Amino acid sequence: MTDMLRVTDLHKHFRLGGGFGRRAEILRAVNGVSFSIAKGETLGLVGESGCGKSTLGRAILGLQKPTSGSVELDGKDLLAMTKAERQRQRPRMQVVFQDPYASLDPRMSVHDIVAEPLRINGVYREARVKEMLDCVGLRPEMADQKPAQFSGGQRQRIAIARALALGPELIILDEPVSALDVSIQAQVINLLMRLQKEMGLTYLFVAHDLSVVRHISHRVAVMYLGKIVEMGTRDQVFGAPAHPYTQSLLSAVPVPDPKGRETRGRIVLKGDLPNPANPPSGCAFRTRCFKAQARCAEEVPELVDRTAPGHASACHFAGIHTKVC
Amino acid sequence: MMADVILSVRDLTVEFQTPDGPKRAVDNISFDVHEHEVFGVVGESGSGKSVTMLAVMGLLPQGQARIAGGEVKFRGKSLLDLDTEGLRAIRGKHLSMIFQDPMTSLNPVIKIGSQIAEAIGLHQKGLSRSAIRDRAVELLGSVGVPNPGRRFDQYPHEFSGGMRQRAMIAMAIANDPSILIADEPTTALDVTIQAQVMEVLASVRERTGAAMILITHDLGLVAETADRVAVMYGGRVAELAGVDEIFAEPRHPYTVGLLASLPRLDASSSEQLYSIPGQPPGLRGRPSGCVFNPRCGLKRGRERCETEVPALREVAPAHAAACHFSEEVGDWVREVAAAKREAAL
Repeated sequence: MTDMLRVTDLHKHFRLGGGFGRRAEILRAVNGVSFSIAKGETLGLVGESGCGKSTLGRAILGLQKPTSGSVELDGKDLLAMTKAERQRQRPRMQVVFQDPYASLDPRMSVHDIVAEPLRINGVYREARVKEMLDCVGLRPEMADQKPAQFSGGQRQRIAIARALALGPELIILDEPVSALDVSIQAQVINLLMRLQKEMGLTYLFVAHDLSVVRHISHRVAVMYLGKIVEMGTRDQVFGAPAHPYTQSLLSAVPVPDPKGRETRGRIVLKGDLPNPANPPSGCAFRTRCFKAQARCAEEVPELVDRTAPGHASACHFAGIHTKVC
Repeated sequence: MMADVILSVRDLTVEFQTPDGPKRAVDNISFDVHEHEVFGVVGESGSGKSVTMLAVMGLLPQGQARIAGGEVKFRGKSLLDLDTEGLRAIRGKHLSMIFQDPMTSLNPVIKIGSQIAEAIGLHQKGLSRSAIRDRAVELLGSVGVPNPGRRFDQYPHEFSGGMRQRAMIAMAIANDPSILIADEPTTALDVTIQAQVMEVLASVRERTGAAMILITHDLGLVAETADRVAVMYGGRVAELAGVDEIFAEPRHPYTVGLLASLPRLDASSSEQLYSIPGQPPGLRGRPSGCVFNPRCGLKRGRERCETEVPALREVAPAHAAACHFSEEVGDWVREVAAAKREAAL
């Protein structure tokens, strides 16, 4: 058993409206998601806003209680545990959020921010805080300063130091670089990759930026309206995308090279994301899909290996007419 | 052959009032925009790219910022000498702007159609109400809003992000402007919606022949859309050239670093991304000499970088860079690449 994290048929539903005799709508933000991440691996989770990728991360962490399904951390089912048992597992998984301006308490010093998880767990040592700051490339004298004195990239380093303090094995990174400028983004990505190598960390890397995900991930999962529509190794998903959604997503990313821009094929999707509280029947992507047939409205495509072993996609016509770039 | 210059900016300097006295957000910048072209302005946050365009449009926040010097000419006519009335006659008619966030730039309590109608009515006096409505519906249809007749009577909250940005574009092109200034027009949107909006912008330009200034931090977007590009850093233009030259043969160390620090979809991913050390300077702590010197790999301890502001000078035909040692950039890039290969072995 080498899976650090195994998620099976996870659901997170929200009730919208209702009351006073009106029927509530059910929004299936996470609608039956299963995947696993091996120790020391990075799984990149991509999708557009509203696809449920952040909710999935929060449900795994227990920040939002899943509706059903199971989340196993290193073989132990977190949802079947008592609260006290779950508390004991908490230090093993940590999170880094997108916005380093909102996720750090502006009144606390950097030292106190990084020390907080240690104090809560009764293992505070000043030397540990120093070690963590050093680890993410912050100077020791910065420990007495407040977040306001730092730039975005430095704040994200503080958030990473805090996440590392308890020596976690799994870190859920929710859009950790999307608020940063390009030149700073590269610094933080390099830091995350170095830390993973040194400490054997496992990452769930949630992001909408496909180039960043490709750079940092070993395996990649693509989400659309609460479900994973494609999953495989980085080279499978980026090199031979099988699902039409992945294909159009990849073709929509502007390439920073003007050479051949006139001849580059681009699949421009029709329309917007459908209302997630009232998704289309059958395949949820069919209303925007360039391959949609009658069958797509009737039958929900399963996420199974279709084009190669270990390369799963949820499309009846996976891989056919694959032409991207 | 180069088309005529439609907008010319010379030595423009914009100062912001800060507790430490006035600070230059935009410092002596010059560029020309030609008829029908797409002029890309790239830079990170705080580089001065948006402030430059606000200055051009006469939209700087009053009391906080002022134009401390320079010239902005639209078809040979100075915009900075115009009074408010004169500016209003040009703004929205000849020059119009598309902002980043359509949620905050549309009025939430006024119907989409009325907002577009307002833009038409302001500059085309004498049109009847029904003619204005017809024109607004036609505009909505032309930017790909389905059911434009019904959508005319809806409020911004009933539009999705992509649809709102289309409505903004409809408003911006209402009077067939000669220049569209698009300030991060797709930054708030998902990539698939970004592709739709960029397609709408391209078809609008094809129809009207308008030039476009595209302000963005996304080098990919610039590579795909622009004809010429200005790279801004710390309130100055670091490099200015045709899009092919900028990407194939950058002549400023900042441009080199920016390109190298991008993770790419179309290249084999190496273990480590190049990253420019340090942080971009804020308004207050701008270094002396070349603004990029504390982060520059080509400086190599040379004093001139700290003492003398490099002028934006022609380093190759139609290719300008603001670096004292721009001639060394090519060799430096090859050296760094060779060192990287060696380290990988």
